[in-house]
Amino acid sequence: MIRVENLYKSFNGKSILEDISVTFETGKTNLIIGRSGSGKTVLLKSIVGLLEINSGEIWFEDVLFNKLDFKDKKVIRSEIGMLFQGSALFDSLTVEQNVRFPLDMFTTKTLEEKNDRVNSCLDRVNIINANKLFPAELSGGMKKRVAIARAISLNPKYLFCDEPNSGLDPITAILIDELIKELTEEYAMTTIVNTHDMNSVMEIGEKIVFISDGKKCWEGNKNEILISDNETLNDFVFANSLAKKIRYPDK
Amino acid sequence: MIRFLSQVGLYFLLLKKVFSKPEKPIVYYKQTMREFVYLGLTSVGIITIISFFMGAVITLQTAYNTENPIYPKYLIGLGCRDSMILEFSSTIAALILAGKVGSNIASELGTMRVSEQIDALEIMGVNSASYLILPKIIATLLFNPILTLISIIVGIFGGGIAGTLAGVMTPENFIYGIQYAFIPYYIVYSLIKTVFFAFIITSVSSFQGYYVEGGSLEVGRASSKAVVYSSVLILLFNVILTQLLLS
Repeated sequence: MIRVENLYKSFNGKSILEDISVTFETGKTNLIIGRSGSGKTVLLKSIVGLLEINSGEIWFEDVLFNKLDFKDKKVIRSEIGMLFQGSALFDSLTVEQNVRFPLDMFTTKTLEEKNDRVNSCLDRVNIINANKLFPAELSGGMKKRVAIARAISLNPKYLFCDEPNSGLDPITAILIDELIKELTEEYAMTTIVNTHDMNSVMEIGEKIVFISDGKKCWEGNKNEILISDNETLNDFVFANSLAKKIRYPDK
Repeated sequence: MIRFLSQVGLYFLLLKKVFSKPEKPIVYYKQTMREFVYLGLTSVGIITIISFFMGAVITLQTAYNTENPIYPKYLIGLGCRDSMILEFSSTIAALILAGKVGSNIASELGTMRVSEQIDALEIMGVNSASYLILPKIIATLLFNPILTLISIIVGIFGGGIAGTLAGVMTPENFIYGIQYAFIPYYIVYSLIKTVFFAFIITSVSSFQGYYVEGGSLEVGRASSKAVVYSSVLILLFNVILTQLLLS
Protein backbone atom coordinates (compact mmCIF):
# COMPACT_ATOMS: atom_id res chain seq x y z
CA MET A 1 0.00 0.00 0.00
CA ILE A 2 1.14 3.52 -0.79
CA ARG A 3 -0.33 6.44 1.08
CA VAL A 4 0.02 10.09 0.08
CA GLU A 5 -0.95 12.73 2.62
CA ASN A 6 -1.39 16.47 2.06
CA LEU A 7 1.09 16.59 -0.80
CA TYR A 8 2.04 20.01 -2.17
CA LYS A 9 4.37 20.57 -5.10
CA SER A 10 5.26 23.76 -6.93
CA PHE A 11 7.77 24.81 -9.59
CA ASN A 12 9.31 28.30 -9.35
CA GLY A 13 6.49 29.46 -7.11
CA LYS A 14 3.77 28.08 -9.39
CA SER A 15 1.61 25.55 -7.61
CA ILE A 16 1.26 22.25 -9.50
CA LEU A 17 -0.20 19.94 -6.86
CA GLU A 18 -2.29 21.09 -3.90
CA ASP A 19 -3.23 19.06 -0.86
CA ILE A 20 -3.33 15.64 -2.50
CA SER A 21 -4.25 12.84 -0.13
CA VAL A 22 -4.90 9.36 -1.48
CA THR A 23 -4.26 5.71 -0.67
CA PHE A 24 -3.21 3.27 -3.40
CA GLU A 25 -4.16 -0.27 -2.55
CA THR A 26 -2.09 -3.46 -2.80
CA GLY A 27 -3.03 -6.01 -5.47
CA LYS A 28 -5.10 -3.45 -7.33
CA THR A 29 -4.55 -1.39 -10.45
CA ASN A 30 -4.81 2.17 -9.18
CA LEU A 31 -5.32 4.81 -11.84
CA ILE A 32 -4.49 8.50 -11.74
CA ILE A 33 -6.51 10.20 -14.46
CA GLY A 34 -6.87 13.76 -15.62
CA ARG A 35 -6.36 16.11 -18.53
CA SER A 36 -2.93 16.81 -19.99
CA GLY A 37 -1.16 19.29 -17.69
CA SER A 38 -3.33 18.46 -14.71
CA GLY A 39 -0.33 17.27 -12.66
CA LYS A 40 -0.58 13.48 -13.07
CA THR A 41 3.04 12.93 -14.06
CA VAL A 42 4.28 15.33 -11.37
CA LEU A 43 2.29 13.35 -8.81
CA LEU A 44 3.70 10.04 -10.03
CA LYS A 45 7.27 11.36 -10.09
CA SER A 46 6.80 12.89 -6.65
CA ILE A 47 5.62 9.57 -5.23
CA VAL A 48 8.65 7.69 -6.56
CA GLY A 49 10.99 10.45 -5.37
CA LEU A 50 12.14 11.74 -8.75
CA LEU A 51 10.80 15.15 -7.70
CA GLU A 52 11.23 16.70 -4.26
CA ILE A 53 7.88 17.67 -2.78
CA ASN A 54 7.28 20.98 -0.98
CA SER A 55 5.33 19.42 1.86
CA GLY A 56 3.31 16.35 2.71
CA GLU A 57 4.03 12.70 3.37
CA ILE A 58 4.52 9.68 1.12
CA TRP A 59 4.26 6.34 2.87
CA PHE A 60 5.32 3.00 1.38
CA GLU A 61 3.60 0.62 3.81
CA ASP A 62 4.80 2.00 7.17
CA VAL A 63 7.93 3.74 5.84
CA LEU A 64 7.87 7.51 5.41
CA PHE A 65 9.61 7.49 2.01
CA ASN A 66 10.06 11.21 1.38
CA LYS A 67 12.10 11.67 4.57
CA LEU A 68 14.59 8.91 3.80
CA ASP A 69 18.14 9.65 2.64
CA PHE A 70 19.44 8.37 -0.73
CA LYS A 71 20.85 5.18 0.81
CA ASP A 72 17.59 4.20 2.52
CA LYS A 73 15.53 5.22 -0.49
CA LYS A 74 17.57 2.71 -2.50
CA VAL A 75 16.12 -0.11 -0.40
CA ILE A 76 12.56 0.93 -1.28
CA ARG A 77 13.53 1.64 -4.88
CA SER A 78 14.81 -1.90 -5.29
CA GLU A 79 11.16 -2.90 -4.80
CA ILE A 80 9.88 -0.44 -7.43
CA GLY A 81 9.42 -1.11 -11.13
CA MET A 82 8.56 1.75 -13.41
CA LEU A 83 7.30 1.95 -16.95
CA PHE A 84 8.00 5.35 -18.49
CA GLN A 85 5.94 7.10 -21.14
CA GLY A 86 8.70 6.69 -23.74
CA SER A 87 9.74 3.27 -22.36
CA ALA A 88 13.19 4.65 -21.36
CA LEU A 89 15.05 1.57 -22.53
CA PHE A 90 18.82 2.04 -22.59
CA ASP A 91 19.71 2.66 -26.24
CA SER A 92 23.17 1.15 -26.04
CA LEU A 93 21.96 -2.15 -24.57
CA THR A 94 20.15 -5.01 -26.27
CA VAL A 95 16.71 -6.17 -25.13
CA GLU A 96 18.32 -8.93 -23.09
CA GLN A 97 20.85 -6.57 -21.50
CA ASN A 98 18.12 -4.04 -20.69
CA VAL A 99 16.07 -6.62 -18.80
CA ARG A 100 19.19 -8.06 -17.15
CA PHE A 101 20.43 -4.62 -16.04
CA PRO A 102 18.65 -4.52 -12.63
CA LEU A 103 19.78 -8.10 -12.00
CA ASP A 104 23.39 -7.17 -12.83
CA MET A 105 23.26 -4.18 -10.51
CA PHE A 106 21.47 -5.60 -7.52
CA THR A 107 21.81 -9.37 -7.40
CA THR A 108 24.65 -11.83 -6.98
CA LYS A 109 23.10 -14.42 -9.31
CA THR A 110 25.22 -16.23 -11.88
CA LEU A 111 24.95 -15.23 -15.52
CA GLU A 112 22.97 -18.38 -16.25
CA GLU A 113 20.47 -17.64 -13.48
CA LYS A 114 20.13 -14.07 -14.63
CA ASN A 115 19.55 -15.14 -18.22
CA ASP A 116 16.89 -17.61 -17.07
CA ARG A 117 15.11 -14.79 -15.27
CA VAL A 118 15.45 -12.51 -18.29
CA ASN A 119 13.94 -15.15 -20.57
CA SER A 120 11.06 -15.85 -18.20
CA CYS A 121 10.28 -12.11 -17.95
CA LEU A 122 10.42 -11.71 -21.73
CA ASP A 123 8.22 -14.79 -22.20
CA ARG A 124 5.75 -13.34 -19.70
CA VAL A 125 5.34 -10.20 -21.79
CA ASN A 126 5.28 -12.19 -25.06
CA ILE A 127 8.59 -11.00 -26.45
CA ILE A 128 10.01 -13.88 -28.44
CA ASN A 129 13.30 -14.05 -30.39
CA ALA A 130 14.18 -10.43 -29.74
CA ASN A 131 16.90 -10.86 -27.09
CA LYS A 132 19.68 -9.53 -29.28
CA LEU A 133 17.77 -6.62 -30.79
CA PHE A 134 18.42 -3.02 -29.80
CA PRO A 135 15.56 -0.70 -28.71
CA ALA A 136 15.80 1.22 -31.99
CA GLU A 137 14.82 -1.99 -33.81
CA LEU A 138 11.60 -2.49 -31.81
CA SER A 139 8.06 -1.24 -32.40
CA GLY A 140 6.36 1.04 -29.84
CA GLY A 141 4.36 -1.82 -28.34
CA MET A 142 7.40 -4.08 -28.11
CA LYS A 143 9.37 -1.34 -26.37
CA LYS A 144 6.63 -1.00 -23.76
CA ARG A 145 6.58 -4.74 -23.20
CA VAL A 146 10.36 -4.93 -22.84
CA ALA A 147 10.17 -2.01 -20.39
CA ILE A 148 7.55 -3.95 -18.41
CA ALA A 149 9.81 -7.02 -18.45
CA ARG A 150 12.66 -4.88 -17.09
CA ALA A 151 10.35 -3.41 -14.45
CA ILE A 152 9.30 -6.84 -13.14
CA SER A 153 12.71 -8.51 -13.36
CA LEU A 154 13.38 -7.97 -9.64
CA ASN A 155 9.86 -9.04 -8.54
CA PRO A 156 8.83 -5.54 -7.47
CA LYS A 157 6.23 -4.78 -4.81
CA TYR A 158 5.28 -1.55 -6.54
CA LEU A 159 4.73 -0.87 -10.24
CA PHE A 160 4.39 2.64 -11.64
CA CYS A 161 3.27 3.23 -15.20
CA ASP A 162 3.33 6.68 -16.78
CA GLU A 163 0.95 6.82 -19.77
CA PRO A 164 1.56 3.18 -20.76
CA ASN A 165 -0.70 3.50 -23.82
CA SER A 166 0.59 6.70 -25.32
CA GLY A 167 1.48 6.32 -28.98
CA LEU A 168 -0.01 2.83 -29.27
CA ASP A 169 -2.85 1.63 -31.48
CA PRO A 170 -6.07 0.68 -29.62
CA ILE A 171 -5.52 -3.09 -29.82
CA THR A 172 -1.92 -2.93 -28.58
CA ALA A 173 -3.04 -0.48 -25.90
CA ILE A 174 -5.60 -3.00 -24.61
CA LEU A 175 -2.95 -5.74 -24.61
CA ILE A 176 -0.63 -3.56 -22.53
CA ASP A 177 -3.48 -2.73 -20.13
CA GLU A 178 -4.35 -6.39 -19.71
CA LEU A 179 -0.72 -7.26 -19.16
CA ILE A 180 -0.39 -4.65 -16.42
CA LYS A 181 -3.56 -5.91 -14.72
CA GLU A 182 -2.49 -9.56 -14.93
CA LEU A 183 0.97 -8.81 -13.56
CA THR A 184 -0.51 -6.77 -10.72
CA GLU A 185 -2.56 -9.77 -9.62
CA GLU A 186 0.22 -12.29 -10.28
CA TYR A 187 2.88 -10.43 -8.28
CA ALA A 188 0.38 -8.92 -5.77
CA MET A 189 1.85 -5.50 -6.51
CA THR A 190 0.61 -2.04 -5.74
CA THR A 191 0.27 -0.66 -9.24
CA ILE A 192 -0.25 2.99 -10.07
CA VAL A 193 -1.05 3.90 -13.67
CA ASN A 194 -1.12 7.42 -14.99
CA THR A 195 -3.45 7.80 -17.94
CA HIS A 196 -5.93 9.97 -19.75
CA ASP A 197 -7.16 7.07 -21.87
CA MET A 198 -10.78 6.24 -20.99
CA ASN A 199 -10.42 2.78 -22.53
CA SER A 200 -7.78 2.01 -19.90
CA VAL A 201 -10.04 3.40 -17.21
CA MET A 202 -12.84 1.05 -18.20
CA GLU A 203 -10.49 -1.93 -18.71
CA ILE A 204 -8.36 -1.86 -15.58
CA GLY A 205 -9.60 0.92 -13.28
CA GLU A 206 -10.05 -0.86 -9.98
CA LYS A 207 -9.36 2.33 -8.11
CA ILE A 208 -9.41 5.71 -9.83
CA VAL A 209 -8.23 9.12 -8.68
CA PHE A 210 -9.20 12.09 -10.83
CA ILE A 211 -6.88 15.09 -10.75
CA SER A 212 -7.86 18.47 -12.13
CA ASP A 213 -5.72 21.63 -11.95
CA GLY A 214 -3.43 19.97 -9.41
CA LYS A 215 -6.23 19.04 -7.00
CA LYS A 216 -7.88 15.73 -6.29
CA CYS A 217 -11.43 16.11 -7.60
CA TRP A 218 -12.83 12.64 -7.33
CA GLU A 219 -12.02 9.10 -6.20
CA GLY A 220 -13.85 5.85 -6.99
CA ASN A 221 -13.81 2.86 -9.34
CA LYS A 222 -14.71 2.16 -12.96
CA ASN A 223 -18.37 1.45 -12.18
CA GLU A 224 -18.83 4.61 -10.13
CA ILE A 225 -17.12 6.85 -12.64
CA LEU A 226 -19.98 6.57 -15.15
CA ILE A 227 -22.65 7.61 -12.69
CA SER A 228 -20.81 10.37 -10.89
CA ASP A 229 -22.42 13.80 -10.68
CA ASN A 230 -19.05 15.54 -10.49
CA GLU A 231 -19.20 18.02 -13.38
CA THR A 232 -15.46 18.36 -13.90
CA LEU A 233 -15.13 14.60 -13.99
CA ASN A 234 -18.04 14.23 -16.40
CA ASP A 235 -16.53 16.82 -18.71
CA PHE A 236 -13.41 14.67 -18.85
CA VAL A 237 -15.07 11.24 -19.02
CA PHE A 238 -17.67 12.20 -21.61
CA ALA A 239 -15.42 14.47 -23.64
CA ASN A 240 -15.81 12.73 -26.99
CA SER A 241 -19.03 13.07 -28.95
CA LEU A 242 -19.96 9.36 -28.84
CA ALA A 243 -19.68 9.24 -25.07
CA LYS A 244 -21.61 12.49 -24.81
CA LYS A 245 -24.51 11.04 -26.81
CA ILE A 246 -24.62 7.98 -24.57
CA ARG A 247 -24.52 10.04 -21.39
CA TYR A 248 -26.79 12.86 -22.52
CA PRO A 249 -29.10 11.32 -25.19
CA ASP A 250 -31.47 14.30 -25.08
CA LYS A 251 -28.82 16.96 -25.77
CA MET B 1 26.32 36.34 -11.28
CA ILE B 2 23.99 34.37 -8.99
CA ARG B 3 23.14 32.07 -11.87
CA PHE B 4 26.85 31.54 -12.59
CA LEU B 5 27.56 30.71 -8.94
CA SER B 6 24.61 28.34 -8.72
CA GLN B 7 25.85 26.55 -11.86
CA VAL B 8 29.34 26.23 -10.35
CA GLY B 9 27.78 24.89 -7.15
CA LEU B 10 25.69 22.42 -9.13
CA TYR B 11 28.82 21.30 -11.01
CA PHE B 12 30.63 20.48 -7.76
CA LEU B 13 27.56 18.73 -6.34
CA LEU B 14 27.49 16.60 -9.47
CA LEU B 15 31.19 15.76 -9.00
CA LYS B 16 30.43 14.73 -5.41
CA LYS B 17 27.79 12.33 -6.72
CA VAL B 18 30.13 11.08 -9.44
CA PHE B 19 32.93 10.23 -7.01
CA SER B 20 30.75 8.39 -4.50
CA LYS B 21 31.23 4.66 -3.93
CA PRO B 22 30.15 2.58 -6.95
CA GLU B 23 27.24 0.17 -6.42
CA LYS B 24 28.89 -2.75 -8.15
CA PRO B 25 32.53 -2.30 -9.23
CA ILE B 26 32.39 -5.06 -11.88
CA VAL B 27 29.59 -3.26 -13.73
CA TYR B 28 31.59 -0.02 -13.60
CA TYR B 29 34.68 -1.85 -14.88
CA LYS B 30 32.75 -3.11 -17.91
CA GLN B 31 31.34 0.35 -18.50
CA THR B 32 34.85 1.86 -18.29
CA MET B 33 36.15 -0.63 -20.87
CA ARG B 34 33.28 0.38 -23.15
CA GLU B 35 34.20 4.06 -22.75
CA PHE B 36 37.85 3.28 -23.52
CA VAL B 37 36.72 2.13 -26.93
CA TYR B 38 33.98 4.70 -27.40
CA LEU B 39 35.85 7.81 -26.26
CA GLY B 40 39.48 6.73 -26.60
CA LEU B 41 40.12 4.30 -29.42
CA THR B 42 37.72 6.05 -31.79
CA SER B 43 39.75 9.26 -31.34
CA VAL B 44 43.04 7.71 -32.45
CA GLY B 45 42.25 8.26 -36.14
CA ILE B 46 41.46 11.97 -35.95
CA ILE B 47 44.38 12.66 -33.58
CA THR B 48 46.77 10.83 -35.92
CA ILE B 49 45.63 12.72 -39.02
CA ILE B 50 45.60 16.13 -37.36
CA SER B 51 48.95 15.60 -35.61
CA PHE B 52 50.63 14.49 -38.83
CA PHE B 53 49.59 17.68 -40.62
CA MET B 54 50.28 19.91 -37.62
CA GLY B 55 53.83 18.55 -37.46
CA ALA B 56 54.22 19.03 -41.22
CA VAL B 57 53.05 22.65 -41.11
CA ILE B 58 55.18 23.51 -38.08
CA THR B 59 58.25 22.12 -39.83
CA LEU B 60 57.62 23.99 -43.07
CA GLN B 61 56.81 27.28 -41.32
CA THR B 62 59.90 26.98 -39.12
CA ALA B 63 61.99 26.23 -42.19
CA TYR B 64 60.68 29.20 -44.22
CA ASN B 65 61.12 31.57 -41.26
CA THR B 66 64.70 30.49 -40.52
CA GLU B 67 66.18 30.61 -44.00
CA ASN B 68 69.01 32.82 -42.79
CA PRO B 69 72.29 30.83 -43.02
CA ILE B 70 73.23 31.75 -39.45
CA TYR B 71 70.48 29.44 -38.20
CA PRO B 72 71.55 25.80 -38.25
CA LYS B 73 69.16 23.47 -40.11
CA TYR B 74 68.69 21.19 -37.13
CA LEU B 75 66.69 23.98 -35.45
CA ILE B 76 63.79 23.00 -37.71
CA GLY B 77 63.58 19.56 -36.09
CA LEU B 78 64.05 21.05 -32.64
CA GLY B 79 61.26 23.57 -33.27
CA CYS B 80 58.92 20.88 -34.50
CA ARG B 81 59.66 18.63 -31.52
CA ASP B 82 59.22 21.30 -28.86
CA SER B 83 56.12 22.79 -30.47
CA MET B 84 54.46 19.39 -30.62
CA ILE B 85 55.45 18.39 -27.08
CA LEU B 86 54.84 21.69 -25.35
CA GLU B 87 51.69 22.90 -27.00
CA PHE B 88 50.19 21.18 -30.01
CA SER B 89 49.91 17.58 -28.80
CA SER B 90 48.41 18.57 -25.48
CA THR B 91 46.47 21.81 -25.93
CA ILE B 92 45.47 21.74 -29.60
CA ALA B 93 44.67 18.03 -29.41
CA ALA B 94 42.59 18.75 -26.28
CA LEU B 95 40.66 21.44 -28.14
CA ILE B 96 39.95 18.99 -30.93
CA LEU B 97 38.87 16.34 -28.42
CA ALA B 98 36.65 18.92 -26.70
CA GLY B 99 34.81 19.13 -30.01
CA LYS B 100 34.65 15.42 -30.70
CA VAL B 101 34.41 13.80 -27.26
CA GLY B 102 32.76 16.74 -25.46
CA SER B 103 29.84 17.07 -27.84
CA ASN B 104 29.51 13.29 -27.90
CA ILE B 105 29.24 13.06 -24.10
CA ALA B 106 26.86 16.02 -23.76
CA SER B 107 24.52 14.77 -26.46
CA GLU B 108 24.56 11.19 -25.13
CA LEU B 109 23.72 12.23 -21.57
CA GLY B 110 21.30 14.92 -22.75
CA THR B 111 19.39 12.40 -24.86
CA MET B 112 19.33 9.98 -21.94
CA ARG B 113 17.93 12.76 -19.75
CA VAL B 114 15.14 13.84 -22.10
CA SER B 115 14.18 10.25 -22.92
CA GLU B 116 13.93 9.52 -19.17
CA GLN B 117 16.70 6.90 -19.23
CA ILE B 118 18.46 8.72 -16.38
CA ASP B 119 15.19 8.76 -14.41
CA ALA B 120 14.92 5.02 -15.04
CA LEU B 121 18.37 4.51 -13.49
CA GLU B 122 17.44 6.65 -10.49
CA ILE B 123 14.20 4.73 -9.95
CA MET B 124 16.16 1.48 -9.89
CA GLY B 125 18.29 2.97 -7.10
CA VAL B 126 21.38 3.38 -9.28
CA ASN B 127 23.54 6.47 -8.71
CA SER B 128 23.10 7.62 -12.31
CA ALA B 129 25.76 10.34 -12.13
CA SER B 130 28.39 7.93 -10.95
CA TYR B 131 27.33 5.09 -13.25
CA LEU B 132 27.28 7.25 -16.36
CA ILE B 133 30.04 9.80 -15.75
CA LEU B 134 32.73 8.11 -13.64
CA PRO B 135 33.65 5.52 -16.33
CA LYS B 136 33.96 8.33 -18.89
CA ILE B 137 36.26 10.32 -16.61
CA ILE B 138 38.44 7.30 -15.83
CA ALA B 139 38.61 6.29 -19.50
CA THR B 140 39.65 9.74 -20.72
CA LEU B 141 42.09 10.34 -17.84
CA LEU B 142 43.86 7.11 -18.74
CA PHE B 143 43.53 7.21 -22.51
CA ASN B 144 44.12 10.88 -23.37
CA PRO B 145 47.79 10.74 -22.29
CA ILE B 146 48.19 7.85 -24.74
CA LEU B 147 46.59 10.03 -27.42
CA THR B 148 49.03 12.82 -26.54
CA LEU B 149 52.00 10.47 -26.91
CA ILE B 150 50.63 9.24 -30.25
CA SER B 151 50.18 12.86 -31.30
CA ILE B 152 53.78 13.77 -30.38
CA ILE B 153 55.23 10.81 -32.26
CA VAL B 154 53.04 11.20 -35.35
CA GLY B 155 53.49 15.01 -35.39
CA ILE B 156 57.28 14.78 -35.32
CA PHE B 157 57.16 12.03 -37.94
CA GLY B 158 54.88 14.19 -40.11
CA GLY B 159 57.34 17.10 -39.71
CA GLY B 160 60.22 14.90 -40.80
CA ILE B 161 58.38 13.62 -43.87
CA ALA B 162 57.13 17.06 -44.94
CA GLY B 163 60.49 18.76 -44.38
CA THR B 164 62.35 16.09 -46.30
CA LEU B 165 59.88 15.99 -49.20
CA ALA B 166 59.89 19.79 -49.45
CA GLY B 167 63.68 19.74 -49.46
CA VAL B 168 64.02 22.33 -46.68
CA MET B 169 66.43 20.10 -44.71
CA THR B 170 67.99 16.67 -44.76
CA PRO B 171 66.63 13.77 -42.67
CA GLU B 172 69.93 13.74 -40.77
CA ASN B 173 69.46 17.41 -39.80
CA PHE B 174 65.93 16.71 -38.64
CA ILE B 175 66.89 13.66 -36.59
CA TYR B 176 69.78 15.57 -35.01
CA GLY B 177 67.38 18.44 -34.25
CA ILE B 178 64.77 16.30 -32.53
CA GLN B 179 67.50 14.83 -30.29
CA TYR B 180 69.24 18.13 -29.56
CA ALA B 181 68.84 19.62 -26.08
CA PHE B 182 65.96 17.32 -25.28
CA ILE B 183 64.37 17.98 -21.87
CA PRO B 184 62.38 14.91 -20.72
CA TYR B 185 60.41 17.03 -18.25
CA TYR B 186 58.60 18.61 -21.21
CA ILE B 187 56.90 15.25 -21.81
CA VAL B 188 55.82 15.15 -18.16
CA TYR B 189 54.55 18.73 -18.46
CA SER B 190 52.58 17.82 -21.57
CA LEU B 191 51.05 14.73 -19.95
CA ILE B 192 50.09 16.62 -16.79
CA LYS B 193 48.29 19.20 -18.94
CA THR B 194 46.57 16.41 -20.87
CA VAL B 195 45.23 14.84 -17.67
CA PHE B 196 43.80 18.19 -16.53
CA PHE B 197 42.28 18.85 -19.96
CA ALA B 198 40.77 15.36 -20.09
CA PHE B 199 39.08 15.98 -16.76
CA ILE B 200 37.79 19.37 -17.93
CA ILE B 201 36.40 17.98 -21.20
CA THR B 202 34.63 15.02 -19.58
CA SER B 203 33.30 16.66 -16.45
CA VAL B 204 32.13 19.91 -18.08
CA SER B 205 30.49 18.09 -20.99
CA SER B 206 28.85 15.59 -18.63
CA PHE B 207 27.53 18.45 -16.51
CA GLN B 208 26.02 20.13 -19.57
CA GLY B 209 24.38 16.91 -20.75
CA TYR B 210 23.26 15.58 -17.37
CA TYR B 211 21.17 18.61 -16.49
CA VAL B 212 19.46 19.16 -19.85
CA GLU B 213 15.81 20.15 -19.55
CA GLY B 214 13.48 20.10 -22.54
CA GLY B 215 13.88 18.32 -25.85
CA SER B 216 16.19 17.82 -28.80
CA LEU B 217 16.79 21.56 -29.22
CA GLU B 218 18.14 21.79 -25.68
CA VAL B 219 20.31 18.71 -26.25
CA GLY B 220 21.88 20.49 -29.23
CA ARG B 221 22.44 23.62 -27.17
CA ALA B 222 23.99 21.61 -24.35
CA SER B 223 26.31 20.01 -26.86
CA SER B 224 27.46 23.41 -28.14
CA LYS B 225 27.87 24.76 -24.61
CA ALA B 226 29.94 21.70 -23.68
CA VAL B 227 32.40 22.42 -26.50
CA VAL B 228 32.58 26.17 -25.85
CA TYR B 229 32.95 25.97 -22.06
CA SER B 230 35.45 23.09 -22.24
CA SER B 231 37.55 24.98 -24.81
CA VAL B 232 37.59 28.19 -22.79
CA LEU B 233 38.54 26.32 -19.61
CA ILE B 234 41.26 24.41 -21.46
CA LEU B 235 42.80 27.69 -22.65
CA LEU B 236 42.53 29.19 -19.17
CA PHE B 237 44.11 26.18 -17.47
CA ASN B 238 46.77 26.06 -20.17
CA VAL B 239 48.01 29.43 -18.96
CA ILE B 240 47.74 28.53 -15.27
CA LEU B 241 49.45 25.14 -15.66
CA THR B 242 52.21 26.57 -17.84
CA GLN B 243 52.98 29.19 -15.22
CA LEU B 244 52.90 26.61 -12.43
CA LEU B 245 54.89 23.89 -14.20
CA LEU B 246 57.44 25.81 -16.24
CA SER B 247 58.17 28.90 -14.16
